[in-house]
Amino acid sequence: MSRTVVTGIGVIAPTGLTLPEHWSATLRGENRIDRISLFDPERYPSRLAGEVRGFVPAERVPGRLVPQTDRMTRFAIAAADGAFADAAVDTTGLSPLEMGVVTANSSGGFDFGQRELQNLHANSPKHVSAYMSFAWFYAVNSGQLSIRHNLRGPAGVLVAEQAGGLAAVAQARRRVRAGTRVVLTGGVDSPLCPYGLAALMAGGRLSTRDDPRTAYLPFDADAAGQVPGEGGALLVVEEAEAARARGARVYGQIAGYGATFDPRPGSGRPPNLRRAIEVALDDAEAAPADIGVVFADAAAVPELDRVEADALAAVFGPRGVPVTAPKAGTGRLSSGAAPLDLVGALLTLREGSIPPTANTTVDPGYGIDLVVGAPRPVEATAALVVARGVGGFNTAMVVRTESRTGRNPR
Amino acid sequence: MTELTLDGLITIMRECAGEDEAVDLDGGVEDTPFDELGYDSLALMEAASRVGRDYGVDLPEDALGRVRTPGEFLTLVNDRLAAVTAAGGAL
Repeated sequence: MSRTVVTGIGVIAPTGLTLPEHWSATLRGENRIDRISLFDPERYPSRLAGEVRGFVPAERVPGRLVPQTDRMTRFAIAAADGAFADAAVDTTGLSPLEMGVVTANSSGGFDFGQRELQNLHANSPKHVSAYMSFAWFYAVNSGQLSIRHNLRGPAGVLVAEQAGGLAAVAQARRRVRAGTRVVLTGGVDSPLCPYGLAALMAGGRLSTRDDPRTAYLPFDADAAGQVPGEGGALLVVEEAEAARARGARVYGQIAGYGATFDPRPGSGRPPNLRRAIEVALDDAEAAPADIGVVFADAAAVPELDRVEADALAAVFGPRGVPVTAPKAGTGRLSSGAAPLDLVGALLTLREGSIPPTANTTVDPGYGIDLVVGAPRPVEATAALVVARGVGGFNTAMVVRTESRTGRNPR
Repeated sequence: MTELTLDGLITIMRECAGEDEAVDLDGGVEDTPFDELGYDSLALMEAASRVGRDYGVDLPEDALGRVRTPGEFLTLVNDRLAAVTAAGGAL
């Protein structure tokens, strides 16, 4: 089976508008959760978020695209530009049909959609933007990126809340294996408007605390729910030999993927997260001992933290692998969270340093070895990313860097 | 009723459909096709909708579909405006 490698990364996140900025803030364990500034959150029970700050659309998005794009799509355009620039791939030499785009999405363009629905209800259909015809769709990021970069091969969007972020990258890998030369993948979301926040609140998992340091505490005895965030990451993936042939710099390989679905609530059957992790390891032909770090889903809802901690203990043994959740400092980025964690996993392996989980004091009862306080050195060539989506989606992905001894990965 | 001018149209296009960085919209573009100015049919729909609201004139889609340049757009709008005025503002 051919190998699929990551050759380009673009990041727009609460931790930064470039990859180096993001990574240094992540290694410092900075807390970027704060009171929402994009609108007045006073009347809402949940008032905190991890916002992308300092993003100026006119600087990052072509003028013709600004009026027809939601905030999340502007982020996606900027992140894709970053990913292609980083990959340094000359797409002019490729057929557009050899290039594809598969993104995840969870919120849709809610800010855009809310504004136009308000125009409709407060005024008339004639006050609704023609761009409402697509700007709020889940698929709009894939569509705009396809047009902008002339990616006319396989295209699609995966919608599975946070789990979609890994599902999209897995689908991109399938397309590379089927012969597509370059695929842009990952996810970028922004649910931070009143409409988006109300939808998340209806899910019942949001924290209502006002202190940014205690609102989102995964694996902490004091956990009280989640804080949303916005942004994400887009990746350029290619077949390994083709990437090598063009002299590309390779971050690492998308080595294994597993996806399962939980039994219906009340069935009495156990959750299936453990099996998703095992499937991903098998797919990567990796043993648990090969995994140097796990980037956790980190729900900060006690029963969900328990399920994840139990699954990790079952696969790796109690405190058997270092676990981290940098999202504790950014909030949960919907479909953008897992792609950002993939970036974290790849950079952790490359640089040998696990970023810490902000804010949390781990409850020893969970039996996990959570990295907190400061970065922790690690020497490994494989890492695991876990992402769950509301509604029973479980996904896990193994990434691997080239063996430091120069041998081919197993 | 105030006529729509080229400057007025360009301002509306900029506001509701943005501006292609490679195009100079201030360079006498009355007879330049919209597609050379970076505007597609959706941009025209958006502009027509805005003009319709601001100037109180309805632009039929079939007529709009035949418009190729800003000059033709202005003719369409201002002919309609004249018709509205002639009909006592109740077209």
